[in-house]
Amino acid sequence: MSSRPTLDLRAKSHLSYFAYACHRFSGLLLACFLPLHFLMLSQSLRGAQGFEQSLLLTDFWVFKFGEWALVVLLAVHFAGGIRLLMIEFGPWHGLRKGWIQLSTLFAIVYGLLFLYFAN
Amino acid sequence: MSNNDLKVRVWRGSQEGEFVEYLVPRNPNQTVLDVVTYIQRKLDPTLSYRFACRVGMCGSCAMTVNGVARWTCRTHVSKILQGNSLEIAPLNNLPVIKDLATDMREFFNKWKGAVGFFKGDKTRYDDFTKVQPNSEERQLADAGIECIGCGVCYASCEVVESRPNYLGPAALNRAWTLTNDVRDVQQLERMTAVAGDAGCHACHSQGSCTEACPKAIAPTASIAGLKKLVARAAVRGSKWGKL
Amino acid sequence: MSEGVLQAKLWYAQRISAMVLGLCVAIHLGIIFYAIRGGLTAQEILGRTQGNMLFAIFYEIFVIACFVHAPIGMANILQETFPKSGLAKPIAWLLALLILILGTTSVIGVFTGGAI
Repeated sequence: MSSRPTLDLRAKSHLSYFAYACHRFSGLLLACFLPLHFLMLSQSLRGAQGFEQSLLLTDFWVFKFGEWALVVLLAVHFAGGIRLLMIEFGPWHGLRKGWIQLSTLFAIVYGLLFLYFAN
Repeated sequence: MSNNDLKVRVWRGSQEGEFVEYLVPRNPNQTVLDVVTYIQRKLDPTLSYRFACRVGMCGSCAMTVNGVARWTCRTHVSKILQGNSLEIAPLNNLPVIKDLATDMREFFNKWKGAVGFFKGDKTRYDDFTKVQPNSEERQLADAGIECIGCGVCYASCEVVESRPNYLGPAALNRAWTLTNDVRDVQQLERMTAVAGDAGCHACHSQGSCTEACPKAIAPTASIAGLKKLVARAAVRGSKWGKL
Repeated sequence: MSEGVLQAKLWYAQRISAMVLGLCVAIHLGIIFYAIRGGLTAQEILGRTQGNMLFAIFYEIFVIACFVHAPIGMANILQETFPKSGLAKPIAWLLALLILILGTTSVIGVFTGGAI
């Protein structure tokens, strides 16, 4: 005897749901990160030297990885957000699946370029 | 019993129960409804399920097949078979009466809750309202008008699952077609009904409804239309008044 | 204000701020690329931002758009995940305050370079 089945992954295994999940996840993490980002930047009030001191913290690899991850999350959230704005305010052209594919590509490319440029 | 038999797991019971496995001979051009019918007629007459037209017009045979809500009469086994097994369950998000039959009252009550019904102010003595078929409003209404209330979209929606009072894609879609009906006189009540957490603002455009709809209706589009309409009415007012 | 009207206005505010952020983020993603070449030092950052009114205005608009956009999103997530907890409103307000205050502080910081 068990409980009746409920919605599981099989019902959610489609591109539009994946886009929703990425958008929500990236948005949540960005929202949590933003105050920290501002906190770091506000150290600039200490002047160039004080600011430099606090920036030294970011030399630890965990910060480097975090920076890269957040930049990718921003790219994902930005692209997914444009998609939502198109769905909600633009003429209806379906769930914009082409856009989802483009956004994923954009996020990957941006992430790679970031690694390339950030020496 | 041949190796060609389908292994079909069917939900038996109601809110509590279990999946029971049946062996059903495989045929070419077999639909899932054929499979369920075979089980009930030849293997287990106590199985409860719904169907009517069996040709994809009425929506009565909607069930959860391999986790996805579908019309069973329009689902060919060959298209969705996993190996040689199949899983058939009642529609999600609705209380189970018995086996594969669900209680659809809340689905239709929410339709009423969204003011998804027509009310005009003309009598038989008045002239007809002239509605241009290619007017913007009529085209928007027509895009969602073919809904037959099968419940597949409602059963596919995660927001329906997590918010018990969410009106759901079908009710909101119907409300949208009516906001585009120039003859209807309840627009302010309708907009009030569909605004808020039980209404269009709870939708996250996940799109499961649009993916699942067997009539290719896009409730996501209708709900997006409602969001814009209600926001404008709340902030600037509408031709029927301010929310 | 009825609940429906409130939700409608919050939805509208979040989407308008999203449009502003669309522009700001696009520009910011470009600036990030430019800035990270050859490493990032305080000197470099301040060299670009100190005394730069355009930068300051741009980033303050950015901060205000975030201040509107993020807390509404956060409130939605909390309300759906923990519906009976009453956490959504206070945490969303806290986030809003943090973003506005720390964000504006940062803009002032990089504009003045510490020389207030």
